[in-house]
Amino acid sequence: MPSDLESNLTLKKLREFAAQELAEAREFRGELTIYVQPGALIRVCEFLRDEPSVSYKFLADVTAIDLYPNEPRFELVYHLLSLKTAERLRLKVRTGGGDPRVDSLVPVYPSANAFEREVFDLFGIQFTGHPYLRRILMPEDWEGYPLRKDYPVEGYR
Amino acid sequence: MPITLEKIPGQEERVILSMGPQHPSTHGVLRLVLELDGETVVRAIYDIGYLHTGFEKSFEDKTYSQGITLTDRMDYLNPLGNNLGFCLAVEKLLDLEVPPRAQWIRVLLTELTRIQSHLVWLGTHAIDLGAMSVMLYCFRERETILHIFEMVSGQRMMTSYFRIGGLALEPPLGWLQLVKKFVKTFPAHLEEYEGLLSKNPIWLKRTVGIGKLTGDEAIAWGLSGPSLRGSGVDWDIRKKQPYSSYEKFDFTVPTRPEGDVYARYLVRLEEMRQSLHIVQQAMEGIPEGPIKANAPHIVLPDRESMKTSIEALIYHFKIVTEGFHPPIGEVYQAVESPRGELGFYMVSDGSPKPFRCHVRAPSFANLQALPKMIEGRLIADVVACIGTIDIILGEVDR
Repeated sequence: MPSDLESNLTLKKLREFAAQELAEAREFRGELTIYVQPGALIRVCEFLRDEPSVSYKFLADVTAIDLYPNEPRFELVYHLLSLKTAERLRLKVRTGGGDPRVDSLVPVYPSANAFEREVFDLFGIQFTGHPYLRRILMPEDWEGYPLRKDYPVEGYR
Repeated sequence: MPITLEKIPGQEERVILSMGPQHPSTHGVLRLVLELDGETVVRAIYDIGYLHTGFEKSFEDKTYSQGITLTDRMDYLNPLGNNLGFCLAVEKLLDLEVPPRAQWIRVLLTELTRIQSHLVWLGTHAIDLGAMSVMLYCFRERETILHIFEMVSGQRMMTSYFRIGGLALEPPLGWLQLVKKFVKTFPAHLEEYEGLLSKNPIWLKRTVGIGKLTGDEAIAWGLSGPSLRGSGVDWDIRKKQPYSSYEKFDFTVPTRPEGDVYARYLVRLEEMRQSLHIVQQAMEGIPEGPIKANAPHIVLPDRESMKTSIEALIYHFKIVTEGFHPPIGEVYQAVESPRGELGFYMVSDGSPKPFRCHVRAPSFANLQALPKMIEGRLIADVVACIGTIDIILGEVDR
């Protein structure tokens, strides 16, 4: 667990690789969160996966947060895990509410496939380059995106 | 329009078969769409969502303490493990230390849960592949464990026994006698299962070399838990990122390099043995002390103190009617469920209800590897491969 933001190896390596693509870094309860510019997500993830000193080969999870009514409305959340160093890393990407869209991570991590489908299904965020972007949990003809904050808990009647 | 596969032009003689969602060997309501060339599966996709209940939306409408009851309904074979993951995530958010006695009892019960989950897996996996009697043996032992759960929490399956900051109640007198008895008798039963299956020629024919995945493939597809360790990857969150005092227990993490159905079978059997070893250590070393953290604004007071102390009564009223306010922030807590990495991602905006609670369900991720395992193989192997990833559809669909 990183105790100090400045001495964190992952952050140091990432800054060497692409300092201008990182928006900000935060630490809470020993967990590192890095905001990445939307266009650089694939490049950053490829680097994190292939750089031997950090080796984030395992994509644990993809999800999103709806910050409605704030803009940019959505935050995509990626949890990476390094089986080598046993460290976790949280990447975040912001996207606006008008046409929420990010690059798909399937080319880098095949496991992103179902996770991104779930986010598309429940938040209505488009993933550019996803091979099979269809609803996964809700019925195909469902209207609306249930996990958005403006969607009522009891649903529309 | 239900999900289906389109026929490829020029391959019209191939059959599109819909398997499930009511098929008994799909372990619930999984639907597979298979494209068959004779008896060989050419392509496969899965169709899920039949059990979708919107747990993640419900979490946002409940206080943190109320959320616990949702967690054991997700993975109904790992209720206490799910309680533990959720509680640990909230405790991390609050930066709350749980007393050692509660941690020990948590570990003990979670490992018993792991054993009973693996027992159901073994029984159903075996019955899928034609070994009928194993199921009866496994459910017999599972009943003993469920009886312990009932004694401790009042419920056989939907326990909701772990609370934020500790346990709901002190376990009743005499419960350790039952655990002791189970620890004493279970190794012989394990040998019984092994005697029925491990060298059984039919079992070997159905499992060896089936559903092969290399370690790199398993990591790329997000597999975790015994399915990952069956492919030779030594990764167990209990060892590598210990939580709830697991670092104080002595156990080994079994792995097998083969990556087939048989390897995952052996890994899970050995895991039961290791879990039993942990249960034994926990049972012998439960420390004395409180079972709840000393945090009156978060943890409910004892019934007795409520009768004599006005502060306790006020705190009780506040927690029940309003809940508590964690600091603004976000945490991700992963625990090793019987199926793999179970993660709770919790975002707090400072209000008594989670702003967002996402569950990283191991079955949901493990299921992605299924088409890869069955494409190019016989349709009979599909059943073996569904069994080997040990999916729980309640958790897949959430």
